[in-house]
Amino acid sequence: MTLLAQIPPLQIPDIAWSAISPELVLFGVGILALLLDTAGPQRLQASFLVFGFAAAGAGYIALSTEQSVLPGLVGLAALGQFALTAIWRDRPRLLSALLAALGFAGAIGVTTWQWGAYSGRLVGADAATFVGTDSLLGGMVAVDGVALFTRVTVCLAGLVTVPLSFAYAEERRIHRGEYYPLLLFAATGMTLLASSADFIMVFIAIEVLSLSLYILAGFAKRDLNSQEAALKYFLLGAFSSALLLYGIALVYGVTGSTNIAEAGRAFSSLDAPQGMAVAAMALLIVGFGFKTAIVPFHMWTPDVYQGAPTPITGFMAAATKAAAFAAFLRVFVGAFAPLQWSWTPVLWVLAALTMLAGAILAVVQNDVKRMLGYSAVAHAGYVLIGFVAVNRAGVSGVLVYLLIYTFMSLGSFGVLALLERRNHKAMAIDDLRGLGRRDPVPAGMLALFLLSLAGIPGTAGFVAKFAVFRAGIEAGHAALVVIAVVSSVIAAFFYIRVIVAMFMEDVPEGVAAEAPLAPSTGMSAGIAFSAAVMVAFGTVLPFLLVDLADQAATFVS
Amino acid sequence: MQAAFPLVFAALLFCVGVFGVLSRRNAVLVLMSVELMLAAVTINLVTFGLLAADRGDVVLTGQIFALFVLAIGAAEVGVGLAIILLLYRNRATVNIDDADLMKY
Amino acid sequence: MLAEYLPVAVLFVIAFLFVALSLLVSSKLGPSRPNPVKNAAYESGIIPDPETAVGGSRFPVRFYLVAMLFIIFDVEAVFLYPWATVLRDLSWYGLAVMGVFVALLFESYYYVLRKGGLEWD
Repeated sequence: MTLLAQIPPLQIPDIAWSAISPELVLFGVGILALLLDTAGPQRLQASFLVFGFAAAGAGYIALSTEQSVLPGLVGLAALGQFALTAIWRDRPRLLSALLAALGFAGAIGVTTWQWGAYSGRLVGADAATFVGTDSLLGGMVAVDGVALFTRVTVCLAGLVTVPLSFAYAEERRIHRGEYYPLLLFAATGMTLLASSADFIMVFIAIEVLSLSLYILAGFAKRDLNSQEAALKYFLLGAFSSALLLYGIALVYGVTGSTNIAEAGRAFSSLDAPQGMAVAAMALLIVGFGFKTAIVPFHMWTPDVYQGAPTPITGFMAAATKAAAFAAFLRVFVGAFAPLQWSWTPVLWVLAALTMLAGAILAVVQNDVKRMLGYSAVAHAGYVLIGFVAVNRAGVSGVLVYLLIYTFMSLGSFGVLALLERRNHKAMAIDDLRGLGRRDPVPAGMLALFLLSLAGIPGTAGFVAKFAVFRAGIEAGHAALVVIAVVSSVIAAFFYIRVIVAMFMEDVPEGVAAEAPLAPSTGMSAGIAFSAAVMVAFGTVLPFLLVDLADQAATFVS
Repeated sequence: MQAAFPLVFAALLFCVGVFGVLSRRNAVLVLMSVELMLAAVTINLVTFGLLAADRGDVVLTGQIFALFVLAIGAAEVGVGLAIILLLYRNRATVNIDDADLMKY
Repeated sequence: MLAEYLPVAVLFVIAFLFVALSLLVSSKLGPSRPNPVKNAAYESGIIPDPETAVGGSRFPVRFYLVAMLFIIFDVEAVFLYPWATVLRDLSWYGLAVMGVFVALLFESYYYVLRKGGLEWD
């Protein structure tokens, strides 16, 4: 008792750290994985040190605040990492990958817990509007439906990327210790971006995720294509960040606030200097347009997608897009909705351009990764329909689309990674000829993902497209939906071309019999999981997903 | 406070940066131009922060934001130079027009 | 109200003119006759000669690495100043939070150390 009395009382300011608990989990695990890699042979000692500090901190909090759940969880996690390190201390990469997977799983768990608290608050709220929940940490972080849904999307993408990466990185000899920590840091930035309620947070989160991804894109540092991808991604990414930042500065100048919701209110009550507001919004659109690969700001996309290591490409296409679109949604559809007369026409045109240009340019590509890069551009266009609608169905449609696109993209790039691993080179469409005869299972998986990307009815891709198209029609943008359908038809051509090459054509003459495909357990698991999710959302569960997204379509106000 | 001068200065600086990014072919110079753009925004932020203070805002949002921009800018230069250096080691050039392996 | 923002409008016009003028003047006035000497790196009047410099390159990469590390760690220290101004209000809690921040900095320092970022040879 005397010892207890001597502990100085902890004056904890009213800071809701729980609001960013998924980010804390991801970042903490990233730092831990980096530390354990850096420590090398002294891994076990480092792990024990972390355990000691974490246990001491948890004990101190438990004694001084009489909480037991949080310190208990922290202590358990600290013990768990020590146990893992003790078991796999001689296999650093496996340890790192395991930690990363557990980190993503933990972040999903924490977010689910947040969702429980959030959906409880939703009951009885006015379901017709964007219902407001709290923005926390001094108005910096929003814990609302869009944030939570996107956090889960990003963490699921990370969870699938880890097993897809393991054997691939091993094979290409790019399996260095920084790989998984960078993946976790990138995911931290993405989840933070999805839940930013303040422009300062938007900028910091975008930079955290971009800086990690620049390095990951160039991770195969002996590969000239990978280097080039990193350089292009970096130069254009940094340029677009600067433009976005100038837009943010102008918003701050006009409204006197960097809080997104407050800036939106100040904007809509503005009488005189509309010019400044329009300039600020234009710069914001350009900045977000670069990050989400909207035509005409898509130039970097095909090069970067082609050059980056394939699992990273899948992760970039899926998770970055989800996070950037979530922030884009929050700023425009959420905060700037009263000003929609000024920005919906712009996004309407950009959406039409993006869908058509992406689909048409994809037709002439030979490299499969590059083709999927252009297809990613086209998909960004479909997502924009949900923006232009500016209604709740639109927001919900965007969320559904991004979640389903995550699995389509990860799955197709995963199969490509599997094939590259055997053939030791990037796949052109000709290399896929006759694949269906030799390796029916991976070919069938790839066909499933491609059909889904094309949006054939009965697949998850159709559910996604239907969700945004419905919102577009509801909001009276039938013309845009017609353009989208035309674009989908063009796009179906090149997806089906790959499928025809795989199943209807023979192995080209003069190609030596290849070694049978030996998929690693991790890669098979990642691809099979993506395929299972696709099938589930395409056939049995679409209503569950759409229902969840409908609940999640809210912003803080 | 007379806000026009720093704002005009910042806009000019920003335009110099944009001009540099669009016209320079040397990757290091492009990177420097991007940093100019960030510096311009920093000036903007500090100016707007002072304007807000004139209006009676006690929270120094602009100034704090400027600090974050500085720190992130430094990190960006670190990553950028590392990537450019990697390219230079393999190709002995930092001209961005030479980075054209992946055109179709 | 509108007049207050007039300078900003003027600023955009000036900015546009500046860029247009720069592009125009540099394309009209500057004869474009590139040759190897002009394209060479400028090193304060010293002819850049790969052979004479130590290590066979223009600049030992070590300088760049150390300089970069210095800048990054240096800039992170900037966050200590705003924290220091409110330390009294935050008391022990503020100290603990800054302790975490500094611990993260030390983790990156440890990383640099172990990866040989500070070794000169």
